[in-house]
Amino acid sequence: MLRVRQLHAGVSGREILRGIDLSIDAGEVHAIMGPNGSGKSTLARVLAGHPEVQVTGGEVLYDGQDLLAMDPESRARAGVFMAFQYPVEIPGVNNAYFLKTALNAIRSQRGQEALDALEFMELVRERMARLGIDEALLNRPVNEGFSGGEKKRNEIFQMAVLEPRLGILDETDSGLDIDALKIVAHGVNAMRRADRAFLLVTHYQRLLNYVVPDQVHVLADGRIVRSGGKELAFELEEKGYGWLETAVGG
Amino acid sequence: MGHILDSYAAEWERAIRPGVSPALDRMRRIAFDHFMARGFPTTRDEEWRFTSVSPIADRVFGLIDEPHSDAFDIESHRLPGPLAAELIFVDGHYVSGASRHTAQGLRVESLVSAIGSGREAIERHLARVAPFDRGPFVALNTAFLSDGAYVELPAGTVLEQPIHILFVATGRSVGQATMSHPRVLVGLGPNSQATIVETYIGPDSVSYFTNAVTEAVLGENAVLNHYTLEHEGNGACHVGAINVQAERSATCTLHAISTGGALVRNDVVAALNGEGVDCTLNGLYLVDEQRLVDNHTTIDHAQPHCASREIYKGILADHARGVFNGKIIVRPDAQKTDAKQTNRALLLSEDAQINTKPQLEIFANDVKCTHGAAVGQLDDEALFYLRSRGVNAAQARRLLIHAFAADVLNRLKLEPVRAGVEARLQRQLAGKLRVA
Repeated sequence: MLRVRQLHAGVSGREILRGIDLSIDAGEVHAIMGPNGSGKSTLARVLAGHPEVQVTGGEVLYDGQDLLAMDPESRARAGVFMAFQYPVEIPGVNNAYFLKTALNAIRSQRGQEALDALEFMELVRERMARLGIDEALLNRPVNEGFSGGEKKRNEIFQMAVLEPRLGILDETDSGLDIDALKIVAHGVNAMRRADRAFLLVTHYQRLLNYVVPDQVHVLADGRIVRSGGKELAFELEEKGYGWLETAVGG
Repeated sequence: MGHILDSYAAEWERAIRPGVSPALDRMRRIAFDHFMARGFPTTRDEEWRFTSVSPIADRVFGLIDEPHSDAFDIESHRLPGPLAAELIFVDGHYVSGASRHTAQGLRVESLVSAIGSGREAIERHLARVAPFDRGPFVALNTAFLSDGAYVELPAGTVLEQPIHILFVATGRSVGQATMSHPRVLVGLGPNSQATIVETYIGPDSVSYFTNAVTEAVLGENAVLNHYTLEHEGNGACHVGAINVQAERSATCTLHAISTGGALVRNDVVAALNGEGVDCTLNGLYLVDEQRLVDNHTTIDHAQPHCASREIYKGILADHARGVFNGKIIVRPDAQKTDAKQTNRALLLSEDAQINTKPQLEIFANDVKCTHGAAVGQLDDEALFYLRSRGVNAAQARRLLIHAFAADVLNRLKLEPVRAGVEARLQRQLAGKLRVA
């Protein structure tokens, strides 16, 4: 589904990703772990099409298409979703209106008919219940005044409504208490399907107790320095990230 | 400028005939002399520093003597929904055939006929709420005062439905560009309540000049919801002055929407002359192309325990220019004043610019006055967030612009007005959302 080859990218002229190779197949869950500043979030953002991240080399194929040539909305409509590390507050834009606009844009791309207000509410209520989200949040401005946990759950809720093929979670687990973490994990697990893949960007192994990955990659200094099964996450938890510097340095 | 003023003199001699009332004749003469002595303002005047009126002052405008109401589609500009009255003016003339008046208990008529019948309230208020020494354009309007709208509510009268006053400029040629000087006088008796909508419209791509003055007096405990919808054509010059005096415990809400005009100057002056007045100024302007919109507001707290809330927002695109000057005066007697002013501008283009200035003059010591000004662009991070969910770039910009204006729009309680303004914004912004 996703083929990343020798991807180089940076922000304001500073190179952050220095040759990433990554393959994710449909049905798989991959985790990207690594210390602060290793480039985890940049990788997530470059896949979502953040305009601040400049690609300086390599390629990304999504279902065989050149993902990097697509604008952010085209990626979303093709089934790429990124849950933001820091979801943006947008005063004055109603959450429900925004989500309905997004969903119908994506449905139109899939050749499905637009949902009317009633059908939309039905879908949304079911997903909200699943993620333990208060319905009142729907009628508030996007993320405005949400607590940190509400923002993160709102991201997963949006993902559950938009039903992407590739879900990228950028440190969605950071700052969550264990109950919220379980809700997020449950939300992801409920969406796992043979034709859907996930990329979990995380600083901590904790999330991976609840969402078991097929593969774990360790990112350091803009490169993937190790890849392995889920046991790699436990090793990292035990040893911390300190040993990486030696590994990279050597 | 000499020959331009001469043309005003000639036009005044030609068109302004004495006879309706000696008091009116005298007033027009004094105002005319005042205007001729002073002339048009220049950018050397502090009040006009950022706004050159040369599009007005450098050309000759003529009056239209007879209204041709069929020259413009009036029907599509009526205010939808039930109305207490709708007064229609075409090129400065009252068109009684197109106007409607249903409500009981209020006096709504053309200003000239009201003056002719010697209404005492007119003597008391006309050119007193907005004296012509307030500025050359008020003087000019008073000098050419002919038709206008007169609304008087007796004490205790509550109008459930709004009054719509529509000023249409047809822009048709009389051998030169045309001008009109609309006047509105509103007198609300104690405990009365009214909603008044003034709409100014005209055709695009035509040069014409509208110079409007509105005076409103709110008696004790009166409630006025006033809307000014300035939707002039893109070639128009529009100068509008709204002057309000509010007595004890009155509630005064002034909405000011500007979407049209090549050169627009709005002056709002609210004098809070009694204790416990509640005053809201709610403004929104959209400027594009090479147009300029200048909003000057003054809230004069003269008595204790008055509250004022002012919020003005501007959306500027292309090469547009905006000016905002918000003056709040708190006089020595006005203890316990609670005044809050916010003005924000959203620049949609690198070439748009705004000059904004809060001006607080506080002479009392036990008051709460705050102001905030902010100029910004669309938030890139918010834009990316919306796009990353599948909303296309133009739609995302539209959502964010609408969000910027939302709090002002939501204060437009009169649904047909709000819907009309929103539709106009959408239409006018439609071509401006695809910038990189």
